[in-house]
Amino acid sequence: MSDFLEVLSNYDIAGAYWVNLKLTFFAALFAFMLGTFLAMMRISPIASLRMAGAGYVNLVRNTPLTIVMASGILVLWPQLGLQFSDDFATNFFWLAVLALTIYHASFVTESIRSGVNTVPVGQAEAARAIGLSFLPAARLVILPQAFRGAIAPLGNTLIALIKNSTVAAAASVPEVSVMMRTMIENDANYVVPIFLTIAVGFVIIVVPVGLITTYLSRRLAVSR
Amino acid sequence: MSAQAVLFDSPGPKGRRNIAVGNVVGTVFVLGVLAWVIVQMAEKEQFDPAKWAVMVEADTWEFYFLPGLQNTLIAAAYAIVLAMIFGLLFGVGRLASNALIRGFCSVIVEFFRAVPVLIMMIAGWFIAALVLNVPPEDAPLFGVIVGLTLYNGSVIAELVRSGVHGLAKGQGEAALAIGMTRGQSLRSIELPQALIAMLPSLISQFVVILKDTALGYIITYPELLRSARLIGSNAPFPILQAFFVAAVMFIVINIVLSFAAGRLARRIGGRSGAAGKQAPGVGITTGMAGVADTRGEATGS
Repeated sequence: MSDFLEVLSNYDIAGAYWVNLKLTFFAALFAFMLGTFLAMMRISPIASLRMAGAGYVNLVRNTPLTIVMASGILVLWPQLGLQFSDDFATNFFWLAVLALTIYHASFVTESIRSGVNTVPVGQAEAARAIGLSFLPAARLVILPQAFRGAIAPLGNTLIALIKNSTVAAAASVPEVSVMMRTMIENDANYVVPIFLTIAVGFVIIVVPVGLITTYLSRRLAVSR
Repeated sequence: MSAQAVLFDSPGPKGRRNIAVGNVVGTVFVLGVLAWVIVQMAEKEQFDPAKWAVMVEADTWEFYFLPGLQNTLIAAAYAIVLAMIFGLLFGVGRLASNALIRGFCSVIVEFFRAVPVLIMMIAGWFIAALVLNVPPEDAPLFGVIVGLTLYNGSVIAELVRSGVHGLAKGQGEAALAIGMTRGQSLRSIELPQALIAMLPSLISQFVVILKDTALGYIITYPELLRSARLIGSNAPFPILQAFFVAAVMFIVINIVLSFAAGRLARRIGGRSGAAGKQAPGVGITTGMAGVADTRGEATGS
């Protein structure tokens, strides 16, 4: 046991987790903005925007994240010349954030749309009855309730995003899964304890997020 | 798309004109974005005919795409079967009347749901190679199957549990009333109904499994994405084109599966009431509605 602790002390595990959390933070922020925009498109009266939104969601949701991620560093950067920074590590980090954003925005869109589905039809009818047109009705009546109804699925999306930040390994970002691989390659005797250590780290991060979003979704639910 | 229009009234002449204008602006906007992408690609010589020609050569398919697709499907098939077994065992375990079994199954399920699939794949890969002495060429497949089985098995266990909980209470009570034990009631009354009710969600989960096989790319399993990568590393380096073809293959298979799930949800919806049930809301409900609820859960990579 003490040998294993010595092995652990050779690695900056907290630093690797910190990279995952940074990836998650920025990707969650951007995916939420893009996802809200796409959700608005999907419920708007304008058919062309609706179709564009649906097309985005259906294409992206059915593409493996690994393809999106690998495309970032093998296509977008070298082939199409998209560069965020001259520094390799920084560039890879933001390409990974971009891939996570593109992928998870589709799930955010669907979460918000399912939130919109929790708002009773009567609300929209009432909004119309007092003379609100689409945008004011969406902004003042539907969306505030929809976001509260969407907390649980958004929480699931956030949890998936936290876990999927490990896929940044495909974009050469030095996060937890890369570190775990290095650890096992150097200290092959401890493969199971190393796995359990890394896994427990995720349990510690993910379980509270699940509990908090479940609590919030109950607490903030519009009682009907 | 016809059963919507609750967010906005059926428009009058002015509204129709506004929507028509919006439609044109929207179309121009979307086409503009697409055109910009195409121009950017053209400038970087991505429409070089030589690069696309590689995609339709017989050799490319015979030696790269088809073996890659085959490996993807093999891994997915193993994982689907094993995850179903895992899910049924632990799902029923979480419903057991014995608190010890219930607690054990709950801990296992919650644990494997919280750990990223990739982490389990890497662990499975190394455990196979270092501990179990699996031949090095088989270790990546082993890792992929382990990761997918444990994660998706746990999700399926939750599906089983919620499927049984979603049944009308009378079902279990009636079984007990005619003298069945709790186990018999589960096995011959509740599970069969729950399984039918959860079929659409199960298929959505199979889509997740198929998509996640692409994580095998990271642990050197020669699946579809890795084959595409290999094609791209040969002159004239058609990496974008190869990824494009691989992505299209994934998308087509998954959309067909999702479509099947949607159809099933609608067919079953009338019968059991447990699946595809959805509160009437404001949103535009297209075909995927019944599946959409469970997809929140199924946001794997």
